Amino acid sequence: MDVPFWNKEIETADRSRLEAIQLERLRETVGWALKTPFYQKQLRQAKISSADDIRSLADLRKIPFTTKDDLRLNFPRGLLAVDMKDVVRIHSSSGTTGIPTVIYYSKEDIDNWTDMLARCLFSTGVTSRDVFQNMMTYGMFTGGLGMHYGAERVGMAVIPMGGGNTKRQIKTMKDFGTTAIHVTPSYLLHIHTKLEEAEVKREDLVLKKAFTGAEPHSEDIRKKIERIWNIDAYNSYGLSELNGPGVAFECVYKNDMHLWEDGYIVEIIDPDTGEPVRDGDSGEVVLTNLIRRATPMLRYRTRDLAYLHTDPCPCGRTHRRLSRIMGRTDDMLIINGINLFPSQIEEVVMRIPEVATNYIIQVEKRGDLDHLTVKVEIYPKLFLGDPSQLEALKGRITEELRSAIILHPTVELHEPNSLPVSEGKAKRVIDLRPKE
Amino acid sequence: MKLTQISVFLENRKGRLYDVCSLLGKTGINIRALTIAETETFGVLRIVVDKSDLAIQTLRKNNFVANLTDVVAIEVGDKPGGLAEILKVFADNDVNVEYMYGFVEKFSDNALLVFRFEDTDNATKILADKGVKVVTRKEIEGL
Repeated sequence: MDVPFWNKEIETADRSRLEAIQLERLRETVGWALKTPFYQKQLRQAKISSADDIRSLADLRKIPFTTKDDLRLNFPRGLLAVDMKDVVRIHSSSGTTGIPTVIYYSKEDIDNWTDMLARCLFSTGVTSRDVFQNMMTYGMFTGGLGMHYGAERVGMAVIPMGGGNTKRQIKTMKDFGTTAIHVTPSYLLHIHTKLEEAEVKREDLVLKKAFTGAEPHSEDIRKKIERIWNIDAYNSYGLSELNGPGVAFECVYKNDMHLWEDGYIVEIIDPDTGEPVRDGDSGEVVLTNLIRRATPMLRYRTRDLAYLHTDPCPCGRTHRRLSRIMGRTDDMLIINGINLFPSQIEEVVMRIPEVATNYIIQVEKRGDLDHLTVKVEIYPKLFLGDPSQLEALKGRITEELRSAIILHPTVELHEPNSLPVSEGKAKRVIDLRPKE
Repeated sequence: MKLTQISVFLENRKGRLYDVCSLLGKTGINIRALTIAETETFGVLRIVVDKSDLAIQTLRKNNFVANLTDVVAIEVGDKPGGLAEILKVFADNDVNVEYMYGFVEKFSDNALLVFRFEDTDNATKILADKGVKVVTRKEIEGL
């Protein structure tokens, strides 16, 4: 098989060379981190007062973990390590309790991230002859702009479609001869069901490759995508705390994702003890960002569960491969590529006086897409006997949820005490999506 | 003369209407008139019963979401144009009807209809002025 390299020297560097790069960049990153109020405190705890206190990669384990809560509690500038005049981009993700998390990028940070993405894309065999349609949401979410920059650096013709508007996506693929797309797996399956409606035949399209990301999916889903579309689909992994997409990506062999170890240090830990698991065992993915100055990130707990392959990939790359994400250590749901914490829904429904205290969040597959239903109990004293009042209430809850969580849920009104309450902690989430 | 209608919120669940009716039946309450306003995911049952105070107490005690609304019941000639005749009175006098429905039974040759007006007080006054026969609470209880 033809194995294309964006930066062969780094991608095939031996272990000792990679570790030397990691150590050098870790020291640099600790130096940057010490400029932020948050990491000054964290690193003082670990008795690290300068980059010189990092003598080997093993010293990384002295540094306390960073969590999503830390990012929230230090919003908006507690992790900012440069002067705002040196910031060229801000990305953000919605918060679990209304407080978002924010990531700043300097010009060099964007450049480093873009280069990682170019490396990812190039490793699948795309070139400047490809036409790339980005179907991920743009805006504050890193999946849109991040991949856009990477694709441009490869030299592809980039169509910045963003998410949704299925018929137009299909028509655009046909009009411009799209050969590669960036998309969530569920949306890619959904588009296929709309070809006929858009009056476009598969033969009218020249699509060859899809980069699927933003939601965990199984090998079966990949096979299904590849079969019905007759394309190659490559899995990808990333999160804004670690720049965004492009932390790990599949190469032409499609046997799980090379995690770029010159840019990130990966640890797999036991989520309960924080201790490393044995080589090859699964656990929580912890990542340190080595290539971002404006918002350094040391030992970030992703809450994603996965493992690292121990055997080499036939492509010759030395960077270890991360498995598919097998689950989460928290209650975060991923619905059509959008991260959702049940607490975000709770926050909305609980501020509506006509709603009683019990609610249920139900997720299921409708066709190929995820569908969210929020069931709430109405508060009896505020029922006036009028169905139009209830319809209006339903509409209001739907609208408030939509603006808070981006997703468009179905809202169901229920009688008080009718929703199941499990013993002890109420079980609010019913996920009926098939487990693969 | 105003009557009391009971509205009951019904979620879309099998047997829920039966639950209401059997509860009222066991308590010895007779339903005189009934209609269901339904939406995709829930319904509102509207009833006029012989013992409305007892009915609302019983329903609430059994955790039904229920509320009271003022309505007016009117006898309408059970013949072609009977309903139109009464609606003309409303139209001529700017009385807005929000909704209406029929009784299960009747106590003369006339049909019995329940009306919910936008402004109940004004509607009853106009009905009295025009000499339209409205059903009294006593009549409902003894029907």
